[in-house]
Amino acid sequence: MNSAPSISSAPPPSAPPASSVSGKAVRPGDRIFLGLSRGSGIALLVIMAAIAAFLTVRSVIAISGDHANFLTFFEWNTSGPEPKFGIAVLAFGTVVSSVIAMVIAVPVAVGIALFISHYAPRRLASPLGYVIDLLAAVPSIIYGLWGALFLVPHLTGLYSWLDDYLGWTGIFSYDDQAPRALFTVGILLAIMILPIVTSVSREVFLQAPKMHEEAALALGATRWEVIRMSVLPFGRSGVISASMLGLGRALGETMAVATVLSPGFLINVSLLNPGGGTFAQNIASKFSEADEFGQDALIASGLVLFVITLLVNGAARLIIARRKEYSGANA
Amino acid sequence: MAKRIDVSGLSAYYGSHKAIDDISMTVEPRSVTAFIGPSGCGKSTFLRTLNRMHEVTPGGRVEGKVLLDDENLYGSGVDPVAVRRTVGMVFQRPNPFPTMSIFDNVAAGLRLNGSYKKSELNDVVEKSLKGANLWNEVKDRLNKPGSGLSGGQQQRLCIARAIAVEPQVLLMDEPCSALDPISTLAIEDLIGELKERFTIVIVTHNMQQAARVSDRTAFFNLAAVGQPGKLVEIDDTERIFSNPSVQATEDYISGRFG
Amino acid sequence: MSNTVTTRRPVADSAPLPVSLKQPRLPRWAPAAIAVAAVAVGCGIGLVAGLESRIQWGLIGALLFILGTYVLAAAVEGVRQAKDRLATSLVWICFVLAVVPLASLIWETVVRGIKVLDGYFLSHSMGTLPDALPGGGIYHAIIGTLQQVGLAALIAAPIGLLTAIYLVEYGRGRLAKAVTFFVDVMTGIPSIVAGLFILSVWILILGFGPSGFAGAMALAILMMPVVVRSTEEMLKLVPNELREASLALGVPKWRTILKVVLPTSIGGITTGLMLAVARITGETAPVLLLVWGAKTINNNPFEGAQQSLPLYVFQQWQQGSDASYDRAWAAALVLIAFVMILNLVARGIARWKAPKTGR
Repeated sequence: MNSAPSISSAPPPSAPPASSVSGKAVRPGDRIFLGLSRGSGIALLVIMAAIAAFLTVRSVIAISGDHANFLTFFEWNTSGPEPKFGIAVLAFGTVVSSVIAMVIAVPVAVGIALFISHYAPRRLASPLGYVIDLLAAVPSIIYGLWGALFLVPHLTGLYSWLDDYLGWTGIFSYDDQAPRALFTVGILLAIMILPIVTSVSREVFLQAPKMHEEAALALGATRWEVIRMSVLPFGRSGVISASMLGLGRALGETMAVATVLSPGFLINVSLLNPGGGTFAQNIASKFSEADEFGQDALIASGLVLFVITLLVNGAARLIIARRKEYSGANA
Repeated sequence: MAKRIDVSGLSAYYGSHKAIDDISMTVEPRSVTAFIGPSGCGKSTFLRTLNRMHEVTPGGRVEGKVLLDDENLYGSGVDPVAVRRTVGMVFQRPNPFPTMSIFDNVAAGLRLNGSYKKSELNDVVEKSLKGANLWNEVKDRLNKPGSGLSGGQQQRLCIARAIAVEPQVLLMDEPCSALDPISTLAIEDLIGELKERFTIVIVTHNMQQAARVSDRTAFFNLAAVGQPGKLVEIDDTERIFSNPSVQATEDYISGRFG
Repeated sequence: MSNTVTTRRPVADSAPLPVSLKQPRLPRWAPAAIAVAAVAVGCGIGLVAGLESRIQWGLIGALLFILGTYVLAAAVEGVRQAKDRLATSLVWICFVLAVVPLASLIWETVVRGIKVLDGYFLSHSMGTLPDALPGGGIYHAIIGTLQQVGLAALIAAPIGLLTAIYLVEYGRGRLAKAVTFFVDVMTGIPSIVAGLFILSVWILILGFGPSGFAGAMALAILMMPVVVRSTEEMLKLVPNELREASLALGVPKWRTILKVVLPTSIGGITTGLMLAVARITGETAPVLLLVWGAKTINNNPFEGAQQSLPLYVFQQWQQGSDASYDRAWAAALVLIAFVMILNLVARGIARWKAPKTGR
């Protein structure tokens, strides 16, 4: 326990301060160094505070100039003497596309993570993990380019098929336009967050204690039963927090959405038809034509996105912290 | 209940490294057989070949035969899952499932093998916990997590879990090495009771323990580090500890070695 | 204890022992055979029903594979084994499902990108070339990306490193806790929000125009928490004994950190820095808001709009002509290659310099 680089040891390793031993004044070198490093930490806090403060200030300017309800209005009109804009459509699009992404990505990511940690031939497993980590580094604009020029044209068949069989639900009705729709965005976001969710889940699954797996095996469990009895219970919170991290990314993704989605300020019941928008996408596409007030309005919508991602990431961190205590107690 | 084990010409490998070489022995039913020997001599590896756990470790490979009452564990068409169901195992460190209660831990093996009525499960859990001398200590907190018990209690919980599925053979891999002397004594007493019903094979580093609990003792040794471990001799425990037929055994037991 | 010994188990009937260790099993080649058959039938159905999308063919094949293995295994081996096989086939399908789009992404980028990628493309800017015409290049974008990312690293690396040192070597109490928490929070900031922040301060309030430096500040905000996290992990790996040994020799703490702790973990820290640089290199959104993009070479990151590689990809895609698509793919290829090389080198350093302790 003492020298193990355990993440759970919350108090960082620090030797007894030299000052108290020498008794006399702190050395200038030490003081400067401590000042510099503590100053950097404080600088980080200041930046965070500044982000919150400045976004809020500009948002207040924008919202107080809004002649419609900022939260529930369906349009985005920031020019003219009576600007009217609201985030209802953006909130809908952001949440829906992220939820679609999660529904697709999380089970698949858990599957791949299990594949790498427990199913793949050993020779394949570690290069695979490596490749997945590399894919997590592919810039989002490239996913966007691929999504717009490759994925979109290849989805028409699938969408008309969905329309044939599930069109009656309304959600899956499709009228043969280029499917630059929220559902497509969801699929693309799923592909994008797959590597990060996989790689965090895989880490957790690999940490599942061998001794519990052996206990299950020795009782005569099949491989799946071993996973269900010892790996999944151990990894559950890890998978949840991995999913939250993925969700945080999906919510804030800009370029991939901006390239794939054909935006429109309406809430389209059919997810397969174009229309809708997300916070980040709306900022990117409206920015170039916005005047100063228009930019403030976009900043206000960015503040909402900021708060949402903070909540999601905070929840993920809480779960991770709880899990550390749990595993620390059992170490 | 208990079955005889006949091992012939068994070698086990880790990748290209040969861990144990050409072992043959017979383990009598309803008896305790202890494996002793210096570290790295392959006694734990050999134990794990008796319920096909060795092949679970990366690169693990086995050659030879293990007959369980005339049925070869390594024969074609044998399902390792069925083997492990028939040959139970208790590990060095107590390993109850941390997310399960005491009750669920004991019932875990049964639940794998089909559905049971609650009352049936209750019977089996009570019987197994009694069999593991743990019932009186835990009967009031069956729904508490198993990880809340002391080390010795956890190990007895693991024994209860292993015997709940009524195996033919019980393998124990240094079951007391992580326990204090009092818990060790409790487990040793338990082994004495369990041998009425099961064939027991125990690996131990503690020679006094081998002398106390076992009917027969097998001594394993290795020529040098990196060489495969071999079976030196197996005989009645009394003979091994008083008058072994091989000099190396005597050296090891009298402490002149290792 | 007599009861356990004497009573023959009443439960023995309800827990039937396997009569034999031999269980009927599917042959080893069965899953592969079922997979081939499922794919064949899937393609057959696709052809006959005239489904256009290959995605559907694949999905039908996958479904048939899952059903096939489950039913066969349930019939031959029993339900438990069938469930095990079901899990196995699902896990394999997940893997294939993920590999197909990701492989396609790389493949498309390479194949379409290689078309116009040549020396000319790398060494020329767009200049006054009309967007619909072929030609032009990314020299200005490369310059811009290098300058912006370089500046961002210059801002973020020292702050990040020092913060990590503070957290590991000095940090106790409320300030350290707050910093740790907000570093976590900062990791989750969407890049567009970082862009909006600099926009509101630098451009809207202070009244500066767009510049590479403005973009670099936003990128630095995104880079800092990554640097802190990775450096922290690396510093924690340095065994405490080393620090104590140095302190016991009477070496002041700051010299201990500089001469003992940092050199020990320098490999890992470098890796972390490079991965952070790789991450911000691909960021588009803040650059779009703060640097705006340009068609010509601007060597001064502090004055006027600049171009950057990811933004170039986006703007060429927006033009929507065949020639601009080609340029977008080629620039994407350059970008992906750059990021991948950074990643590979970084991980190579990590492996080469890995501390010899543990793991």
